[in-house]
Amino acid sequence: MIQADLTVILPEIVLALYAMVALVGAVYTSKDGLASALVWTTAGLMALLAIWIAANGDGTNVAFNGMFVDDGFARFAKVAILLSAAAVLVMSQEYMARRDLLRFEYPLLIALAAVGMMMMVSAGDLMSLYMGLELQSLSLYVVAALRRDSAKSTEAGLKYFVLGALSSGLLLYGASLIYGFTGTTLFSGIIQTVHHGDVSIGLLFGLIFLISGLAFKVSAVPFHMWTPDVYEGSPTPITAFFATAPKVAAMALFARVLHDAFGGVVKDWQQVIVLLSVLSMLLGAVAAIGQRDIKRLMAFSSIAHMGYALIGLAAGTEMGIKAMLMYLAIYVTMNIGTFAFILMMERDGKPVTDIDALRQYSRHEPGKALAVLILMFSLAGVPPMLGFFAKFGVWQAGVDAGLTGLVIVSAIASVIGAFYYLRIVFYMYFGDENEDPIETHSSPVLWVALMGSAALMLVGIFYQFGIEGAAAAAAATLVN
Amino acid sequence: MDNILSIVTFIPAVAAGILALFLHGEDVAAQRNAKWVALVATTVTFLVSIGIYTGFDPSNTGFQMVEEGEWLLGLKYKMGVDGISVLFVLLTTFIMPLTILASWNVTERVKEYMIAFLLLETLMLGVFMALDLVLFYLFFEAGLIPMFLIIGIWGGANRIYASFKFFLYTFLGSVLMLVAMVAMYSDAGTTDIEALMSHQFSSEGFSILGVYVVGGMQTLMFLAFFASFAVKMPMWPVHTWLPDAHVQAPTAGSVVLAAILLKMGGYGFLRFSLPMFPIGSAVMTDVVLWMSAIAVVYTSLVALVQEDMKKLIAYSSVAHMGFVTMGIFAANQQGIDGAIFQMLSHGFISAALFLCVGVIYDRMHTREIEAYGGLVIRMPAYALVFMLFTMANVGLPGTSGFVGEFLTLMGAFQVNTWVTAVAATGVIFSAAYALWLYRRVVFGDLIKESLKAMTDMSSRERLIFAPLIVMTILLGVYPSLVTDVIGNSTAALISNYDTALAAAEAVTQTAASH
Repeated sequence: MIQADLTVILPEIVLALYAMVALVGAVYTSKDGLASALVWTTAGLMALLAIWIAANGDGTNVAFNGMFVDDGFARFAKVAILLSAAAVLVMSQEYMARRDLLRFEYPLLIALAAVGMMMMVSAGDLMSLYMGLELQSLSLYVVAALRRDSAKSTEAGLKYFVLGALSSGLLLYGASLIYGFTGTTLFSGIIQTVHHGDVSIGLLFGLIFLISGLAFKVSAVPFHMWTPDVYEGSPTPITAFFATAPKVAAMALFARVLHDAFGGVVKDWQQVIVLLSVLSMLLGAVAAIGQRDIKRLMAFSSIAHMGYALIGLAAGTEMGIKAMLMYLAIYVTMNIGTFAFILMMERDGKPVTDIDALRQYSRHEPGKALAVLILMFSLAGVPPMLGFFAKFGVWQAGVDAGLTGLVIVSAIASVIGAFYYLRIVFYMYFGDENEDPIETHSSPVLWVALMGSAALMLVGIFYQFGIEGAAAAAAATLVN
Repeated sequence: MDNILSIVTFIPAVAAGILALFLHGEDVAAQRNAKWVALVATTVTFLVSIGIYTGFDPSNTGFQMVEEGEWLLGLKYKMGVDGISVLFVLLTTFIMPLTILASWNVTERVKEYMIAFLLLETLMLGVFMALDLVLFYLFFEAGLIPMFLIIGIWGGANRIYASFKFFLYTFLGSVLMLVAMVAMYSDAGTTDIEALMSHQFSSEGFSILGVYVVGGMQTLMFLAFFASFAVKMPMWPVHTWLPDAHVQAPTAGSVVLAAILLKMGGYGFLRFSLPMFPIGSAVMTDVVLWMSAIAVVYTSLVALVQEDMKKLIAYSSVAHMGFVTMGIFAANQQGIDGAIFQMLSHGFISAALFLCVGVIYDRMHTREIEAYGGLVIRMPAYALVFMLFTMANVGLPGTSGFVGEFLTLMGAFQVNTWVTAVAATGVIFSAAYALWLYRRVVFGDLIKESLKAMTDMSSRERLIFAPLIVMTILLGVYPSLVTDVIGNSTAALISNYDTALAAAEAVTQTAASH
């Protein structure tokens, strides 16, 4: 019996064991001297696991009496998480090494965070949900404060930790209420109670608290306050990581809880998600206008993008989940490219994050400027870039579920949001000449990440590498 | 050639790709090569597109030369032309080589400039050929990107304000249209334009927030599309982006904007609003007609007091587009034929007028009307050309401008006499501002020192104007060239429109009698 259970969670075990063995190994050997090698092996292992999960999985396997679910939905999310984490790791290696930030704990903490995220998306029980969430969060609190001698970085780590602890508290409180009113922590048990139609006021309270805790993790408004500060304060590669894999994991977890445990009462949580979505899109669009720091700008951009992804969740349908998954996959790809560029931005070897520094960038580096232009228009959702199809998908799901008002608000928010993406293009292409132009230090990895991501935004119109089918299959296993 | 439409659409894009990949450097030779590649590509596109014209069968009212293929998200790649769109395709391919020629003096970032124009051509052609809702949107919206860059990089002093205004204004209109498209997809289950034309969207009235919506979903969808097309046209009162964009854009950008991009709005009304939401259109007809009439009079008056030549012509464009919307929503044969004719004719005339401004701007680097006067003495050929197009703009019989205005007024007269009466005064105003402009720039004494060294048009400039002159006069004396091609398609459009309205009428009457 236990053997069958272990087979199901083998990828997680492999990654966790690797992290622990490597940690011990590095401590007893040359410590930070191994860091570069560890980054590459961790990333390689993650990529291998992603391929393994994508190739091997079929059907729905349940382990530990339903606490761990391995289905198409979880596999889709895991592949996205692992690949984006691997990409960010590889991108960060050179940046961190040059700034003397590359400690051997870094890749291992990321690996542990990835294990936590894989747990999250496979959670079939409130307990395993919490375990996964905390494993992820604790690893991330530490990496946010990785630059120990920088006040901003430690502040970011502390802020993230305190607010994260608060949200975990909310989530746990919700979980305890749900347990109290349903008598079980298993999603499959909760949904049975819910199906019987007795959604008591206490259970609703629990649901709301649970949603609040999860909304914090996806940084949906009004639980977003930590995002800009943490994004700005953390070292840029960490910010890139925050903006990609954890977002996928948290959104996937969100979808899993709402559908697996509360799938019968869509109407009860739909309005909450709609509200979160509207606020996130509007705040993300408006607040970013005043930002001059590209990392803060990307923080608000990610808040807005989570708002759009939430439309898919709010729809409460299979189509909605499919659209949400596609949105996340496309969003992560765009963000990897954008952060690859932000990692390149520097002047005299020091990182620059002021968008003003980009003035007339296109004259110095036409190729990279073009790639950033494509990414910016894609983030703004302007066709023919893939970002447009991401938005189209969630809008389609939204209208189909009768949420036309939400879709109209999101359309207006996307126009407001377009302004700040355009401004980056404006600086690069039509700004005044910059007396002190930035250099963009490009390692081959960053170059490939930037150009590859921009190219995907265009190639994606013709060929999507089977993502659409995978997302559809994943959505079908979650919503039934 | 089975896929001539795709070939025509993508020749410029391929040329842009070649320029981007294989042309390096900013020296004179590289610049010349970029210009020649662009000129050859656009000319070839035009020559191939003649094949569309000769292969087109005007008696067939359906879509022709249709190409179809699978695409993502259940959408389709489907292209085709009918009587309404085929001439816009030709207008685009016809104008583009001229704009490239008009840009021969560009010296800054020539390669990027040509790439932007070539991509823009592909996207504009795609708009007129797309037969899938989302494909249409994709082309329609993507065209904003090159235009944004053209205004922003190569524009005048206040180009940044103008480019942002242009982009955000049109983007807002378009996303509302996109929401309606999504709603159409979810209602009809297809994005195929042909199928959607035969799909009946619900027109049952309902209340939103206590407001009763006559025509229900059709009216709402009409309004969403209207938000996009009215901005693009542009119609009063959402025209304010146009003068800014025109004034700041480089000459070639203004030409493309006036001659082709503005036509997308009118084309959209004919392709989507009337055939797909006939009841919504009927509900809104009076509003649109009055908006058109106001546009004609108001913008003509505004044009009178302009001090910047380009701004004046931009306002005159808005006024002429007022005739177009009036003709379209008159929804009868003369009105719609006239509207299409007016759009085509305006494509030639406004392009020529902006080129006329460009000719003297290149010499004097100012567009202030004050700075000129007495040009006829130094530039007789220029004065003649400018005269011809001023007259065409006024709508002098014998030029294409007359036919369009006459037909639209005639169409609208049958529907709403008052609107027509108001709009007809616009013809007088247009004569006033156009002739006054001409007098101030061309006639009078040549007293300004700076003008005394002006040279007349070069042979390149004459070459640009020659085709436009031919087309303006040809269409003016032989309008059947256009109306024969579009006639059957517009007749079919109108008969479908009337049938849908009659059916809706019958339903209301049976409901009332019960």
